[in-house]
Amino acid sequence: MLRLMASMRFREDFHVRVSMTVNGRNVSGEVEGRTLLVEFLREGLHLTGTHVGCDTSQCGACTVHVDGMQVKACSMFAAEADGAQVATIEGVAANDGTLSAIQQAFQDHHGLQCGFCTPGMVMAAASLLKANPKPTEHEVREHLEGNICRCTGYHNIVKAIMAASGQEMPALAAE
Amino acid sequence: MYAFDLERPTTLDAAVKAMAAGGQPLSGGQTLIPTLKARLADPGKLISLHSIPELKGVSTDAEGRICIKGATTHGTVAAEAVAYPALAHLAARIGDPAVRTRGTIGGSLANNDPSACYPAAALGSGATICTDRREIAADDYFQGMFATALEDGEIVTEVKFPVPQVAAYEKFIQPASRFPLVAVFVAKFADGVRVAITGASETGVFRWAEAEAALSARFEASALDGLAMDPDHMIADLHGDKAYRAHLCGVMAKRAVMHAA
Repeated sequence: MLRLMASMRFREDFHVRVSMTVNGRNVSGEVEGRTLLVEFLREGLHLTGTHVGCDTSQCGACTVHVDGMQVKACSMFAAEADGAQVATIEGVAANDGTLSAIQQAFQDHHGLQCGFCTPGMVMAAASLLKANPKPTEHEVREHLEGNICRCTGYHNIVKAIMAASGQEMPALAAE
Repeated sequence: MYAFDLERPTTLDAAVKAMAAGGQPLSGGQTLIPTLKARLADPGKLISLHSIPELKGVSTDAEGRICIKGATTHGTVAAEAVAYPALAHLAARIGDPAVRTRGTIGGSLANNDPSACYPAAALGSGATICTDRREIAADDYFQGMFATALEDGEIVTEVKFPVPQVAAYEKFIQPASRFPLVAVFVAKFADGVRVAITGASETGVFRWAEAEAALSARFEASALDGLAMDPDHMIADLHGDKAYRAHLCGVMAKRAVMHAA
């Protein structure tokens, strides 16, 4: 398995060595105690699909999975992911580029406008459907509480997630 | 963020030693990390409690209490504290799914945010907060906004909740922060009713004695008719003035009684 060495600037006097699995690849690198997981992913591993929308823990654009659970990568230190299995948006499509069912549904149902929140939305949706394969529309909306779309394109995001779960989407009030 | 060292002990004993050497605890970090980002804290050294297996888990003790280890996440409590449905339901509605993956009961109680959910459950249930050095009754633990009985370096290791006959937690959400603007935890035990309110008071979570007396006599929402919360100590901000919050205390207490199960 390919072993990636993350390279990023760090202060020698505060550094910690971390190793983790990201999208199935073993990676390791030196970080500071204060280095956020999202900084390690983006600046250390150049996996820039995970977005930083607010940096104040509110928007969910940086949502990734750590040991199968959804977290905001801006609200967890890289050092705390030492030894963990991390999944990011880059690992969602198949190796040949075939989109996952959720990604395809976002495309089919126009579940994005500017696209900035989309990586977080897809990762949140994947987390939901893993735990609850046939959610109600209400459950989808509740699950997206921590993912903000400033284009306010929620209807089509919800529609895409419902479609990805194999369910017909009832007519929405705003349509 | 200011630079700091981050240690990850794997036993409580090692964490206690690290704290004694001048560290500050990091639990789920869902409040602390945003605080660090805003440079409102400069801890020098953080001791992560996340990798300590003995600080995680939900169990029932010989007295029938639900015992939740300090570093147990909200998500785990929501899934596993099924023997205390009102508590599991409260945990299931804290923050959002990502926050519930990381945030912990011990972190919430140690921080004692005046709008946090868990303090209302702990005080409303008459829980016992256990630390690395003692056990503290909830009535003695909460000491005002962001203030607790915890000493420097003291770690919340477990919280023990007596399970009431029926209980409910009803929160009125402040739509921007998603924290409770006012939320009420009502718990009916064989020997009386406890009512704890979060989000409302300048002194943090508190018990509403008059409502407890009325509900202990008759456990119906109408028992609260005519009871008025004194607005003096209520929080006033752009989201609601003192009178509004005082009114919400009564409204949410009634809803909790109606939904108690």
